[in-house]
Formats: sequence, C-alpha cells, structure tokens
Amino acid sequence: MPLAVALPKTAAQVREVLRVCHALQMPVVARGAGTGLSGGAMPCADGLVLSLAKLNRILELDPIACTARVEPGVRNLAVSEAAAPFGLYYAPDPSSQIACSIGGNVAENSGGVHCLKYGLTVHNVLGLRGYTIEGEEIVLGGGALDTPGLDLLALAIGSEGLLVVVTEVTLRLIPKPSVAQVVMASFDDVAKAGDAVAAIIAAGIIPAGLEMMDRKATVAVEPFVQAGYDLGAEAILLAESDGTAGEVADEVAEIERVLKAAGSTGCVVSQSEAERLRFWSGRKNAFPAAGRISPDYYCMDGTIPRKHLGRMLRAIEEMEKKYALRCMNVFHAGDGNLHPLILFDAHQEGEWDRADRFGADILALCVALGGTITGEHGVGIEKIGSMCVQFTPSEREAFFAIKRAFDADGLLNPGKAIPTLHRCAEFGRMHVHDGQLPFADLPRF
Amino acid sequence: MSMETSLIELRERILAANAARAPLRLRGGGSKDFYGEALAGEVLDTRGHVGIIDYEPSELVITARCGTPLAEIEATLAQHGQCLPFEPPAFGDDTTIGGAVAAGLSGPRRAYAGAARDFVLGAHLVDAQGELLRFGGQVMKNVAGFDVSRLLCGSLGVLGLIAQVSLKVLPRPREEISLRFDADIADALATFHRWRAQPLPITATAWHDGAATVRLSGSPSALHAARATLGGAPLNDADARTWWLGLRDQTYGFFRDDNQPLWRLSLPATAPIDISGGDLIEWSGALRWLRSEAPAAEIRATASQLGGTAMLWRGARAASMFHPLSPIQLELHKRLKRQFDPHGIFNRGRLSAEF
Repeated sequence: MPLAVALPKTAAQVREVLRVCHALQMPVVARGAGTGLSGGAMPCADGLVLSLAKLNRILELDPIACTARVEPGVRNLAVSEAAAPFGLYYAPDPSSQIACSIGGNVAENSGGVHCLKYGLTVHNVLGLRGYTIEGEEIVLGGGALDTPGLDLLALAIGSEGLLVVVTEVTLRLIPKPSVAQVVMASFDDVAKAGDAVAAIIAAGIIPAGLEMMDRKATVAVEPFVQAGYDLGAEAILLAESDGTAGEVADEVAEIERVLKAAGSTGCVVSQSEAERLRFWSGRKNAFPAAGRISPDYYCMDGTIPRKHLGRMLRAIEEMEKKYALRCMNVFHAGDGNLHPLILFDAHQEGEWDRADRFGADILALCVALGGTITGEHGVGIEKIGSMCVQFTPSEREAFFAIKRAFDADGLLNPGKAIPTLHRCAEFGRMHVHDGQLPFADLPRF
Repeated sequence: MSMETSLIELRERILAANAARAPLRLRGGGSKDFYGEALAGEVLDTRGHVGIIDYEPSELVITARCGTPLAEIEATLAQHGQCLPFEPPAFGDDTTIGGAVAAGLSGPRRAYAGAARDFVLGAHLVDAQGELLRFGGQVMKNVAGFDVSRLLCGSLGVLGLIAQVSLKVLPRPREEISLRFDADIADALATFHRWRAQPLPITATAWHDGAATVRLSGSPSALHAARATLGGAPLNDADARTWWLGLRDQTYGFFRDDNQPLWRLSLPATAPIDISGGDLIEWSGALRWLRSEAPAAEIRATASQLGGTAMLWRGARAASMFHPLSPIQLELHKRLKRQFDPHGIFNRGRLSAEF
C-alpha cells in the first residue's frame, strides 16, 4: 500500500504534487490505467501514487496537421474513435487498447499487432509536455519534426516513469487505409510457419500485421470466440494487408503464393470486414482464453530474431517437460516478439515458482539468441532480474547515469526497470544455471 | 567482451585523451564537418573500423561498424531489394554510417517513412572510460532499459564514440513515380496538407520556384490509382532521381549558392507562410529552407512563435548554428554530458558552446 494517492485534474496540480514530494524526498509512482503487464506502476510503500487518470481530455484534434494533443489519461482507443470522423486513426494498438491510457503507452513504448508496418509508440509520438521531479516544466518535441539537441523525446518514451511525469502528448494520426484483408494460413509444423514468416518478408512484403498462434493457443481460444481456426493445424499465421483496393488485391495474392510455397496446408482470405475481425478476435482474446482454461497464466514478452522462431518453440516444448507446466504460444511473428503464456495454478504448491523459473529460462534464451527480455511490456518490477542477464554492470551503470541526470535522488518510480548491482547479485543466487555461478564479474555482498 | 583490433586502437586513443583531458574530434568521412557549432580537438578517424557485421534480408536489419561507407551499405541493401527508408543525406562520397547516425539527418522521405532515429535498433558506444556499452539490439521491438541507441542518433558524438549500429531496413518500393504541378507556395502547401490526410502512397513532396513535386512509391496498382487522383505531369525516371537526390544530398543549385545565409526551419507542417521568401519547402511544409540576411534573433523568434525552430545551416556564422535549448533542456544536456563524458573530451562544443 502506498502512503498516499494524488488524483490531480490539471497539469498545474501535477507540478505542485511533484514539488511537494521533491521537497519531502518522497518517492512518486505515476500511474495511468494500470493495465501494464510488468508491474511498472506498482505503488511503493513509502511513496505516493500519482494517478493521471483524471487528466483525460483530448485537448485538440487537428485533421489538417494530422495530430492529436491529448492528456495522458486518455484511453488509446478513444484517440482513434475521435479521429475516425476525419478518416484518421492512431496506429499503435496494444491488446488492452480499450482500457490502457496514452500516458502508460508512452511510459512503456507500447506496440500492438500493427507495429511492423506502423511502428511503436516512439514512432507515433511527436511531442511530450511534462515535469521533472523538481516540478520544472519540460517540453520535448512538438508539432515540428526536428528539434535541436539530444533526442530526449526518444529517451523519455519507454522510460517507465523513471525520468519525467508526462501531462500532455502530441500524437501523429494517419489516414485509415481504405481496405484491409487478412489471410489465415494453416501449417502442420510450427517451424514451417516460422520459415513462412521469413519468406513473406524476403518477398519484399511488409504486412500490416503478421501473427502466429500455435495449436495449444488456437484450441484454447476457439471455444471462447469461435474464430473459425483450423484446430488440426500445428500453427496458424494471420497476415493482414491494408491499403487501396488494388494494392490489397495484389498483396493478398502475393502473400497467398508465398505461404503456399512455404508449405501452408490451407489458406483462407477474409471476404468481409466482419470476417476479418472474427479472424483477429481469436488472437486478440488469447490472454483471456488462457485465463479461461487455467487458473493462472504468466505472459512472457521476449523478442528474438525471426529466424530463431522454430528453435525457440522447440526449446519451449522441452521446458514444458522440465517444469511440468503447459505453455501456449502467441507471437507477433512479424517482429519476432513472443508472448508465451505459461499456464499454472498458484494454489498448487510450487507451481508459481516453477512458472517463474520457466519464464526466466525463456528470457535467458531470448538474450542468448540475440534478442531481448521485453519487446513491448516493459521491465517494471517483473523482469528486473532478467535485466542482469541482458546487460553488463557497465551498461546498467549507464542507465543509472541517465537516471541521475533527470532524478538525482531517485524519487521517480524507484526500484523499477533498472536493477542495482546488489539486486543482480541476489538474482544470480536464485538463478544458478547448470551448476555455474552466473555473473562471475559481479562483486558478492 | 572481445574487441576487434580496430576498435581497440580507437579505445586506446580515447583512454589516452581522457587521461590527458585532451579533446577528441570524432570524424568519419568528414562530409558533415560543416554541421555543428565548432570543431575542437585532435581528429579520431573512425574509417579504420569498417565492415558490415551482419545482414540477413529476411530479418530486415543491417549491423555495421561505424566507419563503413554509407555507399557500401546502400549498395549491399540494393542488391537484396532493400533500402534505408530515411534516405540519409550523403554530402560527399566519404559519408560513413557512423557519421550518418551521429548526425541523425534524414532525407525527403522523413515526413512519410520516419527519421533516422526511427530506424535505429541498436548501437555500441565507447564511453570516456573506454567501456564498450551495448544498447538496443538487432530486433524490431526492444524496451529493456532506456532507449540509449535512439538518444545517440543525432548526438553528434558528444556522449562517446558510436562504434557500431544496427538499423531497420525495408524493401525498396516496387515502383516510383514523381509528378510535377505548377503552383504558388500557398496552393502547394494547401495541396500537400489535403493529400496528407488521405491514404495516398506519397513518400516525398517539395515546392520550389513555382513548381510542386510529389513522389509516389508502392505497388503498381496503388500508383496507378493515386496518379489518376492527383493529376500533374510525370517526370522521367532520370529527372526524378536527380531531383530527389539533389534535395537529399543538396547538390541542387539552390543549396550551392552560398552568398546568403541558408536557414533550415523545422516547423509544424501547417504553420502559416509568414516568413517571406520561404524559398524551398519539403516534408509537406514541415521543413522550410530560407535564404535571408535578416538577423538571427528575428528569424528564431518567428520560428519559435510558429511552434518550431530555426537552424543556421550554411553561410557566414553570425549566430549559433542550432536553435538555443530551453534552460531546463540545456541543464539536462549538461548533466547527461557530465555523466557520460565528465572531462568533456568528445566533440567538445559541437552540439552546444556550453559543453
């Protein structure tokens, strides 16, 4: 439980709260809708929760400049809804978009199913306005494309509430494509599906979305949403094409050709908007479906080079045996971002502990394959141990150096995102692998 | 971590400079020596640290050492039908990829496909203590730790040596066509803005001297449909190529005449045209080039008022090149500089006279 919660309604009130907290040296945890998946907005016991939920106004929507100026508490989907009458929308679409807030998206650099073509939050935010922990107003970026000096805007996006508190965000809106169609392809082998993803990219196609689900995932979601998935397939791919009618027709034909050449056992193309949404509904409901078939699930978020998808899936199968837990796999295959869902029951003695170690193993393998421990959910508190696997002590020190430049007293969201040396030594003790002491370069306490 | 010999040599120079508190001037091909406030220190030539380390077309990523010529990267990508989507300018034949990322400049496609920083996936930095630090990586999505690789893009080397970069690449457009229209500046801007809000495959726009030019890129059917909507007279392929390269690399005549100071204004695309003579416009109006003898303070005040900034790009330097930072921004810059480079050895004074 936090010491206190502040619910400011205006940016000026946010500044006052920060000034008071800075004077009192009280930690501040900024919080949006609380939909994050890494505990990034988890309160700290000796600090204040600064909820930005009441800063929820769309301040300006400029259909000519194609921008929206919004407060951080505005929901992601609300932006696209407001832009729809002008034929525009806001591209990043995390699964939680009906609930998650723009401020939280900025903190986490959220993605979604369309980011291979349309980018992450960092590619779609033009400017931020907010305050440092001292309550100094800071403006980063804005309506112009280039700003002088270091790119502090890029640094602030995805900084998980550790550097500044944001009170206003300028978003880039883009024209809604006139047509979108999705190709659903079945594969009798997950590795073949992985290769098909590479084949699509190699053919010079950047689909608007390129998603993969394994059989465990389709079997779990089908009774839940009746998406019409091929339950005999070991894996299915969903590849979306958007653009003008002619462009989509050409691209869909090309995607079908590539998928068949890559060994697809069946291809279906959505013939209506309703059907397109139905194909996607299973993918978008994978997380709730996991919750339906298992008392608990643990969602991972590693990214790997696409070429290693097959290898990763085989390794996960081995881990299922090792930890005696099931894992269903949904991927943003186009960008190599994996969301394995480890199914467990927290009421069973030892299951959470096994799930936790299962997850850490997956993340360690992501790093070993040249990838990362988090593609879009953030480090928060959940993956802070795995940060020690990905970064050396000097690299973590560089992160702290940035933190010190913005927040010398470490008051903004303490204990998140960047682990201390001590923390990594602790994690090392928990995570002895193959009998080898990890992080031999770390001093021991 | 093991280091290549060429990197060890650079690192030793950095360690020696740091010990002696002697500034170093990080330099690739030197094609952007003009870009920045001041050049100080002994040259640290990066062109010994070369080579593409990793490139698999289906991964859409290329990783190269900083001294690798930009031309080599572009040729390699072209062989596989790919490109750097932000069209980095090459102001000479010797431009290196490290220099392109350190400068962070983007070409005509910037307003439509994204800027250099949007395509930076990872970078290796050698800091003042000679530590090799790896940020980001070779994957499309990566939110572990602060996004230092994007911070380095456009840093002009003031935080350390960018030793290696990984960039996202994209397929080259299947087809391109450029169309030209007679238009005065107001009509051109209004037209660019109208097109901007429609799903058209536009990848570059420019206006100069009574003519607007627009480039369309994509599938043949998309281009066919767009062309029917837009009208205009098509340029032949050679002319189109010369035109857009002329803007990207500034070989076009407008940029060559150095009699009058050349200002580069970054403004909201919809900013009114109240700085007269807005001489050449790119990026649907978001980038405006201005030849003017007006006092710097006046031009900067107008740009600020319009929600943007003004850079004194070329010409007699009566003022700083870069638009001044706000006091809080400047303070954060100085603190970051102190953290990464406490003795100020890297490109001292290049980004700001203050550090």
